Amino acid sequence: MKLFNLIRLALLALERNKLRALLTMLGIIIGVGSVITMMSIGEGSKESINASLSSMGSNMITITPYSNEPGGARLGGSSFKTLTFKDVEAMKKNAPDISIISPLASSSGQAINGANNWPTNIQGVTPEYLDIRKLVIKEGIVFSEQDVRASAKVCLLGKTVVDNLFPNGEDPIGKVIRFGKIPFQVIGVLVPKGYSNFGQDQDDLIIAPYTTIQKRITSSIYFGSIYASAINEGASDAAVNEINSILRESHRLRQNQDNDFQVRTQAELMTMMNSTSSMMTALLTAVASISLVIGGIGIMNIMYVSVTERTREIGLRMSIGARGIDILLQFLIEAVMISITGGVIGVVIGVSAALIVPKMLNWPTVISEFSIVISFVVCAVTGIFFGYYPALKASRLDPIEALRYE
Amino acid sequence: MNNKILEILNVKREFTMGTEIVRALKGISFEVNSGEFVTIMGSSGSGKTTLLNMLGCLDKPTDGIYMLDKVNVKELSRDQLAKLRNTKIGFVFQAYNLLPRTTALENVELPLLYNPAIGAKERKERAIAALQAVKLDGRFDHTPNQLSGGQQQRVAIARALVNEPVMILADEATGNLDTRTSYEIMSLMQDLNQNGKTIVFVTHEPDIAGFSTRTIMLRDGKVQKDSMNTNHRSAKEALASLPAADDY
Repeated sequence: MKLFNLIRLALLALERNKLRALLTMLGIIIGVGSVITMMSIGEGSKESINASLSSMGSNMITITPYSNEPGGARLGGSSFKTLTFKDVEAMKKNAPDISIISPLASSSGQAINGANNWPTNIQGVTPEYLDIRKLVIKEGIVFSEQDVRASAKVCLLGKTVVDNLFPNGEDPIGKVIRFGKIPFQVIGVLVPKGYSNFGQDQDDLIIAPYTTIQKRITSSIYFGSIYASAINEGASDAAVNEINSILRESHRLRQNQDNDFQVRTQAELMTMMNSTSSMMTALLTAVASISLVIGGIGIMNIMYVSVTERTREIGLRMSIGARGIDILLQFLIEAVMISITGGVIGVVIGVSAALIVPKMLNWPTVISEFSIVISFVVCAVTGIFFGYYPALKASRLDPIEALRYE
Repeated sequence: MNNKILEILNVKREFTMGTEIVRALKGISFEVNSGEFVTIMGSSGSGKTTLLNMLGCLDKPTDGIYMLDKVNVKELSRDQLAKLRNTKIGFVFQAYNLLPRTTALENVELPLLYNPAIGAKERKERAIAALQAVKLDGRFDHTPNQLSGGQQQRVAIARALVNEPVMILADEATGNLDTRTSYEIMSLMQDLNQNGKTIVFVTHEPDIAGFSTRTIMLRDGKVQKDSMNTNHRSAKEALASLPAADDY
């Protein structure tokens, strides 16, 4: 029989048992709908993580001190004193894949302006730091290289610090605040960045020349970390290799010694963050897929019923010239029709749910064509897989027996 | 034209029921020429149904030769048998076996759907012609449950005719019908036979057999009697001689 006629036949058979067909589809509808919704939620959270990470600078490379287990006891990274300005200089000179670099010497303490005070973090850096971290000046100016060399007592404020030190909305620029005992003149205010994905307030900071921090606050020549930017995203790995060899040399590490520092790229961080969300997505999708399998079993069940019900019809069709393959295809296409129709309804429901979720729950969602295509393919495969055995049974009936079936 | 449609030579059919072998046909031989109207008679258990299944290419003989229109059925595969049934045989069943909730026209079109050589337009034309041949104009869109038994059987006959088979095979085709309707059906069969169709009609009613040109009697899996009906009755005359239909 021609394919067109087979499809028409299958549609007619479904139309005659509308309610039954719909109930059979239900498993597939729920399965496909939930797979699409889950995948869109997963994709959405992945995308929002990526967006916030790349807003920090997607070429960013972070170098931190790292335990080399002196005496067997591991200590926290920041307590290690391994990174100095000599390292920064060496990298600036010898790493061609690094475009800009800035050390970071930070300290926590109380910022004070008159009667207002606020516990915050002061970050001692070079002007390049703003480019690396994608920080932008809203008002005022950035301190200069000259300020760095002179250990000038100037600073830039994040929005949270401004709000707390200048609650009456005065213009902070030009004012002098104190951090601990040291007075700083405010020369600029940063554009607010909001909260990071980890729930950290990215505006709660003061930025000042690192020389000022090192000399007047930490009294140390060591840095808590070094930030660098690769010349482009693709050069990150090359830059990491260069940093590794430069730092090993400048720290005079022997061949068998572990690094006393750690280099992380933003890409690595992204992978790390995404792996968590990917795992969640995979888990949710797996759960949703189970309902797809159950839907498939429902189809198989109803197709067996249908074959039994229509045994005489099968016998008749065979006696007037239907071959086994004709009968097989008739029932197979009916099963595939059920699963694909269910799939279409499921896609509609899944997409609508993915559009409603951001409004109701405030979760970001991204509907990927991939998830729609994959659930469609899975539907067709489910229909074929679970429809095949009932159809095979039908096609192998003995026409004499089938005609006599009561 | 002495064209042999059926040639059956020492056909045997055995079934294995558990450990026992049941011999339904014990060596049957006969030939049917084109244009004959043969009835096969026999009591229950005589092997009628087994023979009919064999003639209809639904079953193959255990032993012996069955040639249908010069094709040796025994050598054919399942699919080839299906094709043979589709093009050479028209079945008429006792229980009509029409598809429910399907119009008369679509029921008649059914065999042509399994013939890839025939397009949608030709299919419809031939189905209409077949329904007209069994005098069912104006009932094309009726479903089986809107038709009487006699009308349903005529749809079934139209379905058997539509693929222009070399032989119409009827299995107790009048078994579910009253005498008057049976005679109407037999009259239709006689008309078809006069137009050159070969008909093999299985029945156990002697008066139905009287309408055919030849009768083969089976008994215990063997041909008991094979005789020509020299003065077979005309179904039309038999119909006329029946008392007028009582309208209760």
